[in-house]
Amino acid sequence: MSERNKQEDKLVIGGHSFDSRFILGSGKYSLDLIQAAVEHAGAQIITLALRRANQGGMANIMDYIPEGVTLLPNTSGARNAEEAVRIAKLSREVGCGNFVKIEIMRDSKYLLPDNSETVKATEILAKEGFVVMPYMYPDLNTARDLQNAGAAAVMPLAAPIGSNKGLCTKEFIQILIDEIDLPIIVDAGIGAPSQACEAMEMGAAAIMANTAIATAGDIVQMAEAFKLAVKAGRQAYLSGLGRVMEKGASASSPLTGFISQ
Amino acid sequence: MDNVIKEDFPENRIDHMQYLPGMEVLESEIQQKVIERMEAYDYNKYTEKEVREALRYEVCTPEDFEALLSPAALPFLEEMAQKAQIETRKHFGNSIYMFTPLYIANYCENYCIYCGFNCHNKIRRAKLEEEQIEKEMQAIAKTGLQEILILTGESRKMSDVKYIGRACEIARKYFKVIGLEVYPMNTEEYAYLHECGADYVTVFQETYNSEKYETLHRAGHKRIFPYRINSQERAIKGGMRGVGFAALLGLDDFRKDALATGYHAYLLQRKYPHAEIAFSCPRLRPIINNDKINPKDVHEAQLVQVISAYRIFMPFASITISTRECERVRDNVIKIAATKISAGVSVGIGEHIEENDNVGDAQFEISDGRDVKEVYQAIQKEGLQPVMSDYIYV
Repeated sequence: MSERNKQEDKLVIGGHSFDSRFILGSGKYSLDLIQAAVEHAGAQIITLALRRANQGGMANIMDYIPEGVTLLPNTSGARNAEEAVRIAKLSREVGCGNFVKIEIMRDSKYLLPDNSETVKATEILAKEGFVVMPYMYPDLNTARDLQNAGAAAVMPLAAPIGSNKGLCTKEFIQILIDEIDLPIIVDAGIGAPSQACEAMEMGAAAIMANTAIATAGDIVQMAEAFKLAVKAGRQAYLSGLGRVMEKGASASSPLTGFISQ
Repeated sequence: MDNVIKEDFPENRIDHMQYLPGMEVLESEIQQKVIERMEAYDYNKYTEKEVREALRYEVCTPEDFEALLSPAALPFLEEMAQKAQIETRKHFGNSIYMFTPLYIANYCENYCIYCGFNCHNKIRRAKLEEEQIEKEMQAIAKTGLQEILILTGESRKMSDVKYIGRACEIARKYFKVIGLEVYPMNTEEYAYLHECGADYVTVFQETYNSEKYETLHRAGHKRIFPYRINSQERAIKGGMRGVGFAALLGLDDFRKDALATGYHAYLLQRKYPHAEIAFSCPRLRPIINNDKINPKDVHEAQLVQVISAYRIFMPFASITISTRECERVRDNVIKIAATKISAGVSVGIGEHIEENDNVGDAQFEISDGRDVKEVYQAIQKEGLQPVMSDYIYV
């Protein structure tokens, strides 16, 4: 990768550009560790469940988010498009900015996103000027619908949220990366820096993680490990990875070697 | 003969399996499935082998849940607690949610022999007026809490649905999350209270053994077993977002009751996937005029076994640890599986404000009298994060 390319390698979402390609969740930490996690992860975007934003009250998560970090409020708690739209608007009213991560779940067990309601909410909020980043189950048709609805990025899940299982949906995320002209940000299920690195090598635009860091033995060290892994994966992707052989070594021309010149 | 209570004689009691006029009859298969499974549950047949298997697999089936509740699982309590802790942290991170109950009335028409509020127990009765409810709520809100659980004794006459609804409307001014623990009601009444601002309903089944239930709940609406067991489903149909389940451990065979509680919640969540599920794990406590009531064979080890089994079986469910338990138990259980804890608790009426002569006696003796700040600090001391609100009313 040339020096020039390095300088220009920014993550651009809805016209805003970021140097960091690691988005940090905020919902599972002790509040006093958030700042250190953000700093060591080098994160410039942090997600925030609006339902946790305890305006003016005790243990208000907003008081612990470092200045200068872009807030990405999410609509968790919404069970349909209408509720997600209401939460997004409330989030803008309380000063959380224009970014919104749409999360719509109507399953309390697995918290899997409802793709069709997510498309509806994306369309409404994009028209209202939000920078919409929908969390979704990696399905190509839905991703196309989200793109047409005005999404600024698409956030497919790698595995069930909180599971730390890694890239269970790898093949389908790869299809989104190949086919959709928006940043593909892998969200949910990433449990280790190696998995974050692998997703970045595939061409993901960024990684979002929460549980893997919040539940680590040493949160600060793990935040930094993720930062390095995301960076390594990105650099490998930009450098052009060697093709992977499917089965062992191969003779150079096993079938056509007989052909005389 | 003044002290003779006619319902103490079985022949004077009404049929506890027959709905009373005005009670909505819900056609649901859940009750039958829960009772059948509970009756078939032979916990003595489980051995170390089934317990080890239940702990090894990632997904906990109802059969695994049965093994985890069996006596064979007790020697594996530490392993169970560790697995429960991992599941809790995966789903909830470090978060421990705080709330307080507010009893607005203690009038009760039921005769439940173990409960301090029962209609034959001679205690001071009270019902807060709207203005007093508001003052109590203001005092609670000042402590920093944003979630409130509104409770009444079970008297439709003294605490009608409109009265409870008014309390919810007042609560909306001061709190972000409103739960109810009141008498069971019909779907449309739950819908009305949902409109007034309530989103969560808890109903303790007490015991799922209907024969035992009959001997303990001798008079009043609560005596009707099927109406109570179907409450959560009516609440969900009425638009509530979440429902809470509990057996009062120690009333009957706690292993069977814990199995029925978990399986009841499991079936409801499968039928209504959006429903948020919560468990409480109360043990019997002494009451005014009867200090001999105790949780019998449900010692701390058995309590931790039940709580850990609930967590492993339904890792996403909220679990509340009550002030029926002491500080030591509560502070340790939040490290394992509980995700919700009350603070600044009064289980009497009108005790949050000074200069109030409209006070009523408590439902039971509490074991942890710490205020909000003390519980907040105790949570932090365990390396956990107290959370006042994780909810948005939409």
